[in-house]
Amino acid sequence: MKPANWLRWESMLAAVLIVEFVVFSSISPYFLSVDTLSDATFNFTERAIVALPLALLIIAGEIDISVAAIIALASVAMGLASAEGVGTAGIAATGLGTGLIAGCINGALVTVGRVPSIVATIGTMTLFRGAAYAVLGDRVLKDYPESFAAFGQGYLAGPISIELALFAVFALSFGVFLHRTRWGRIIFAIGANPVASRFAGVAVNHYRFALFALTGLFSGLAAVLLTSRLGSTRPSIAQGWELEIISMVILGGVSVWGGKGSIPGVVLAALVFGLVTFGLGLMNIPGIVMSIFIGTLLILVVAVPALLNRSKVNR
Amino acid sequence: MSSTRRDLAFAALTLALFLAVTFAFPGFATPRNLAGLLDDTAILIMLALGQMLVILVRGIDLSIAANLALCGMIAAVFDRAWPGAGVVPVLAITLVSGAVLGAFNGLLVWKLRLPPIVVTLGTMSIYRGAIYLLSKGAWVNENEMTRGFLAFPRHEFQGLTLLSWLAIMVAAVFMIALRRSRAARDLYAAGGNPEAANYSGIDAGRMQFIAYTICGAIAGVCGYLWVARFAVAYTDIALGFELSVIAACLIGGVAIAGGVGSAVGVVLGCLFIGIIRSSLPLVGISAFWQMFINGVVILVAVLLSARQRDFKRAILEARA
Repeated sequence: MKPANWLRWESMLAAVLIVEFVVFSSISPYFLSVDTLSDATFNFTERAIVALPLALLIIAGEIDISVAAIIALASVAMGLASAEGVGTAGIAATGLGTGLIAGCINGALVTVGRVPSIVATIGTMTLFRGAAYAVLGDRVLKDYPESFAAFGQGYLAGPISIELALFAVFALSFGVFLHRTRWGRIIFAIGANPVASRFAGVAVNHYRFALFALTGLFSGLAAVLLTSRLGSTRPSIAQGWELEIISMVILGGVSVWGGKGSIPGVVLAALVFGLVTFGLGLMNIPGIVMSIFIGTLLILVVAVPALLNRSKVNR
Repeated sequence: MSSTRRDLAFAALTLALFLAVTFAFPGFATPRNLAGLLDDTAILIMLALGQMLVILVRGIDLSIAANLALCGMIAAVFDRAWPGAGVVPVLAITLVSGAVLGAFNGLLVWKLRLPPIVVTLGTMSIYRGAIYLLSKGAWVNENEMTRGFLAFPRHEFQGLTLLSWLAIMVAAVFMIALRRSRAARDLYAAGGNPEAANYSGIDAGRMQFIAYTICGAIAGVCGYLWVARFAVAYTDIALGFELSVIAACLIGGVAIAGGVGSAVGVVLGCLFIGIIRSSLPLVGISAFWQMFINGVVILVAVLLSARQRDFKRAILEARA
């Protein structure tokens, strides 16, 4: 695939983003205020933070559907730590650590256990979410220290929330990592052809393991932010987020067959996604109707290039 | 290890689990309790058999529970609008609408060669959203359903409910058809090696389409059965049930890479889950542990089957 094609994909996303701005600002006079837009970012930052490492993982030809379950497990771990009287830093570390360990379990299953990643993560998704339910049952953990609220509710400067700042920093780092470093090139190579990469001397399984661990760690980070923002933990926290996060990545132009994709695309997709959610919320359209929209978008995104290819082949 | 030997080994394991539970809790193996177990597992068995067809041809249907829920809502709304119509039209409508929803998945996978996981992830949320549009977010409660609508799956015959008999019939048809019919052998061939199947005159894509359609039809009818059995229809029924269904397939020895799996294995997988579920309260473990235990069982099952393969095929790998 020539880079020009992907450039076009990203310009399409940018166009959609502009249309969204125009439509929503004409519908609601409150839309184009700094406060509103700042609020709107909370609709996607947590998910988008997980979408970044997941994009790398999907580019490398793997997938992780357990991300939302990891968020739930990490949130429960933080709730328990908090109940034991651990301080704010300790709670955050518990969340990150739980995510990292969960990611390593996924990585080990795929590399050492040689289980296909979709099956492995369906299993761990059930396991992690199941563990969250097993530990918590129908209880709610909500006694978090006051200072813990800063992660998800705090602002860095003016209208820029800590969540948004974190996302911006990570988006930049992931973009540079994927598109400007040797490791990034290797990730593309693994996704395009793992066997050839292995023969070219790439320690493919080390990369796979590291990417799963990274995705786990960032799910842990998302758990810290989400739990801090909500101030409570239920085992059903982040239910269904795997769909939304994977949709974000695929909407961003990352190929599910591996080997293709870009971080700017994923970032744009996250913005499009966040604005749609927020805009439809402004128009009082319930979330479940949103899911029709997301599902259709997800299929269209993969169907349109397939249709174009088909007409090319037939010609 | 051949499929038959795996089934035998797993049957022995399931039997051992059953005997262990019975030994510890003699009250477990009463005919009444076992009939209840079968009734509880019946819908899972039918769905898992449908899902197995899809996985056999290298697909996966994540939309199966959303399809069930949508068809369940269609059945409930139909019954409310035409209370005198009886059960037969309800069955026909859910069968057809389920098949259409499944065929939609199948068409996208067959004609556009889209990745099954993305297609069904997408239709999963579309179908869920459609329930909301159809019901406007409201519940259809027991008092809005006709007596015949509610009674159909509960009707008892020879000590078993009609729901259980349906599951037994579907399982029997699958066991015979998958072994004896030519279409089923084509299905295995298309899943085992699509390219070789194409060379021998089997359209692998068409096989996928057929598998999705049958799976959808089963999910549709199960939608009615689910709604009638639990006497309520709302947007979130069977939410996340697709994972239990896939779990039952994986536990039952269906290989996600396609081409490997048997109806006996899948039924055993469902019964295995059913026995664990119904023995948890006896052992004094909260029902909240069910999901965790499922996770452990899935992982053990897939790790064991991965050990037996000398190569790994990623689900996301492009088809030839």
